[in-house]
Amino acid sequence: MLELIVISTLNGVLFGMLLFLMASGLTVIFSMLGVLNFAHASFYMLGAFFGFQISRWFGFWPALLIAPLLAGAIGAGVERYGLRRVHKNGHVAELLFTFGLAFAIEEIVQIIWGKSPVDFRVPPLLDFPAFTIFSTNYPAYKIFMLLVSVAIFAALLITLKKTRIGLIVQAALTHPHMVGHLGHNVGRIFMLVFGVGTALAAVAGVIAGPALVTQSNMAGLLGPILFVVVVVGGLGSLPGAFVASLLIGLVQTFAVSINGSLSEAFGPLSPAYATTWLADIWNVTVAQIAPIMPYVLLVLILIFRPMGLLGTRDT
Amino acid sequence: MSTAIELRGVEKSFGITSVIRNVNLAVAQGERHALIGPNGAGKSTLFNLISGYMLPTTGSILLRDKVISGLPPYQINRRGLSRSFQVTNVFANMSVWENLRCAVLWAAGYRYAFWKNIDNLPEVRDRTAQILGDIHLIARRDVPAGLLTYAEQRALEIGITIAGGADVILLDEPTAGMSHAETERAVALIRRLTEGRTLLIVEHDMSVVFGLADRISVLVYGQIIASGTPEEIRGNPKVREAYLGEEAA
Amino acid sequence: MSDLTSSAAPPYPATAEKFKFYGLWVAAAIALLVLPKLFSSGGSLTTFSLIGISIIFSLSYNILLGQTGLLSFGHAVYYGLGGFLVIHAINIIGMNKLPIPLPVVPLIGGLTGLLFAVLLGWVSTQRSGTAFAMISLGVAELVASSALILRTFFGGEAGISANRTKLFRVFDWSFGPQIQIYYLVAAWTLLAVIAMYALTRTPLGRMCNAVRDNPERVQFVGYDPHVVRYLAFCFSGFFAGIAGALAAINFEIANSAYLGAVQSGTVLFATYIGGVGFFIGPIIGAIFVTLLSLGLSDLTPVWQLYFGLIFIAVVMFAPGGITGLLMMHRPLLKAGRLSKVLPSYLIAFVPTLAMIVGLILAIETTVHFTVNPGEDSHIKAFGVRFDAANPYIWAMAAILLIGGFLVARKTWTWVGHAWDDATSVAREKGVAS
Repeated sequence: MLELIVISTLNGVLFGMLLFLMASGLTVIFSMLGVLNFAHASFYMLGAFFGFQISRWFGFWPALLIAPLLAGAIGAGVERYGLRRVHKNGHVAELLFTFGLAFAIEEIVQIIWGKSPVDFRVPPLLDFPAFTIFSTNYPAYKIFMLLVSVAIFAALLITLKKTRIGLIVQAALTHPHMVGHLGHNVGRIFMLVFGVGTALAAVAGVIAGPALVTQSNMAGLLGPILFVVVVVGGLGSLPGAFVASLLIGLVQTFAVSINGSLSEAFGPLSPAYATTWLADIWNVTVAQIAPIMPYVLLVLILIFRPMGLLGTRDT
Repeated sequence: MSTAIELRGVEKSFGITSVIRNVNLAVAQGERHALIGPNGAGKSTLFNLISGYMLPTTGSILLRDKVISGLPPYQINRRGLSRSFQVTNVFANMSVWENLRCAVLWAAGYRYAFWKNIDNLPEVRDRTAQILGDIHLIARRDVPAGLLTYAEQRALEIGITIAGGADVILLDEPTAGMSHAETERAVALIRRLTEGRTLLIVEHDMSVVFGLADRISVLVYGQIIASGTPEEIRGNPKVREAYLGEEAA
Repeated sequence: MSDLTSSAAPPYPATAEKFKFYGLWVAAAIALLVLPKLFSSGGSLTTFSLIGISIIFSLSYNILLGQTGLLSFGHAVYYGLGGFLVIHAINIIGMNKLPIPLPVVPLIGGLTGLLFAVLLGWVSTQRSGTAFAMISLGVAELVASSALILRTFFGGEAGISANRTKLFRVFDWSFGPQIQIYYLVAAWTLLAVIAMYALTRTPLGRMCNAVRDNPERVQFVGYDPHVVRYLAFCFSGFFAGIAGALAAINFEIANSAYLGAVQSGTVLFATYIGGVGFFIGPIIGAIFVTLLSLGLSDLTPVWQLYFGLIFIAVVMFAPGGITGLLMMHRPLLKAGRLSKVLPSYLIAFVPTLAMIVGLILAIETTVHFTVNPGEDSHIKAFGVRFDAANPYIWAMAAILLIGGFLVARKTWTWVGHAWDDATSVAREKGVAS
């Protein structure tokens, strides 16, 4: 039991930090540009596939650097030549543009790398068990993932608190309406923010690629969870995104590891309807419903706190 | 004379900044009451509190002796209080006619009706036409509100505010940004349309204030420093020092 | 009516106009009746049925997006649940020999859609804008994932099926042949379109527009925007349920794809490409997208990519959709200035077409080398054969793409100028506002 708790907590925090790598970029972009980048998870996927391809050619370590830069450059281009054009048609058009982009990126990835998972391996340097708790080997690569996420988290925090750009971003987070008054280089700042935000998502993609499955549907699987994170945390709230990332990371990881079901817990009380189609509910295990946990959480949050955990803005 | 609006010890603070401090104000039924004060004194905030757009931190607001603070804006509106906005706030993609008609519907009792043809409601049609005539926009009836001139949009703003027939009207700087001639026309319009109703108006133009108001309250730094007839306000040294002095000089 | 009203209010439509209006609906009904006589093959009847279903679905979606300003990423939930319930209903009716004929069964789907919209809508419509979009996505994922867990009811990956011919019959229609299904779909499409059009002309319909334009101000004319959004959501769910029911009857099966993200995305594409600003927009979009997806999938294996690119192009260059583009020309037509812009269109058309051909060549060539690298390089796309390994083809693709882009950019600025001139003339004539 204790083993389960320790391992699940580690995995949960890891998943949560990965989510936050993406959610932070998404939140900052949303606060400054007013658009929720539907294609954000697609940049995570691009990161993973670029990482895979580059690590084939040059190895994992160059890939860790180049893939995010490449994805970030694409992101900046998307902002400069796509979003900025659509901006005059309103927020719905912007959101739809990124939606179409997500769709197109998935198709392109499928064309180039196919529909089945690619063989993106953990670099040999990190391919050993870091430590063993209660007979479970914990891979070093996961520790590395955690370290990278925490390092970027720290770097982000310092950037936000200590640099000029950080101050602007902070101002935008608290006073989104003031962004328009930033002056003549507002376009460059937007492009930079979008580029950095998508690059962060790509970093998450590169480091998650070898540990999870690198496949053309990974954006479609992760995207909705990512959006749940930002809504649960409160749209536009960075601390909210952090709390929600960890919360959902932990909830999902714990749910996966629990094999109980209603019938197991209340077995002797088996009611008459357990033989009808309600049997599905009776017999389903917690692990099986793990994928829907984030959405259940979303609905609950909406009922009790429509603005999200730490949200203040009504959009 | 009974009171239309009453504020009792109303305070509003954002974080540690208090914007409205212990405001007590009573506006009698049928009175035209002007609220003046320097920029940032909290006049618009006070309007937002009365109309339910914001919640007061403490204190209570009464409409005809019934507490309305804490109610959402649409319920306050249904009880007969209607407000306009300082920054024009109309339905930009809809025609002038549709704008006014939307403002008439609830009061005419049609609410969320989805079984009635909107073009077959004679009393809605009459009322909308009347308001359209009142605000002199008959010639612009089918133009989308977003394409009107500024002065026309301000007139439409007033039209939407009064269309529902509310008998307590709050106007937030209705003549801001208007030329002298436009202002005169707007004042005549306001005077006519609020006949027999209670009016609370925020205004910067002192000729408008002193020409229109029965009573005036002066708000400075979130506090009402004086309240009285135009003569009393003119003669009040505190007001002159805090506010009128700068403007008159 | 007072004198003021007659002078200030918009005039009631003249008899001739009324006649034209009702004539249009009658003409539509007759067209639906005659259509199978003109195109009687089984394939075209199926296509028409799919278009009818898509029209109802897209119009129901536009109650949200176009009328109320709510962008939903999960509209398929109500479509799919309607479909599933109808399959179960057909099985139950058939088993118990209930006197319920097939033509009224779609109503069960509609009521299912309505029920779930009533249940899920209150939470979903608490917020508008981006938050609503994300919530609709989350709710859709919740329902779609739950459907896979509740295998007995939803039939898992395979779905559930029914036999539509075993029901109580009226006029001896078995609903086995596609032609009978066509008439069933056509009748329901006409009914649903009329009902949804009528809805836009009610007090609720107008307040939906008001909420779309300015939810804040709506509160100050006595309306609760949340209630307006909720009611729009319920109506939308009802009609989506009818569409799903018809789809289930047409295919005699309902599976998890009915509820899924692809279905939600498709209805969004169809509605937006058609144009959300006009009532007829989603109808045009439904026809266009259904034909496009049927047609493109025969022409190229990567048709979904083209689909996505078309959508992006519409969002970027024609936010009003196809209908918006057409309606833009109405004032010009009225002022007789259309002939002034048409030549510039022709000029712009050539390099734009060149650019598109170059893009298609590039995509298809890339597809050959990434998807089927080992196979014969003589490929066929859009009915044209070419050698994907031929460097001349690569050069041609590059020249067409880049050259076409550069020239097209220039010509489209000319179109802009011609457009400005023509509209300013039209404005002087008082046609355009």
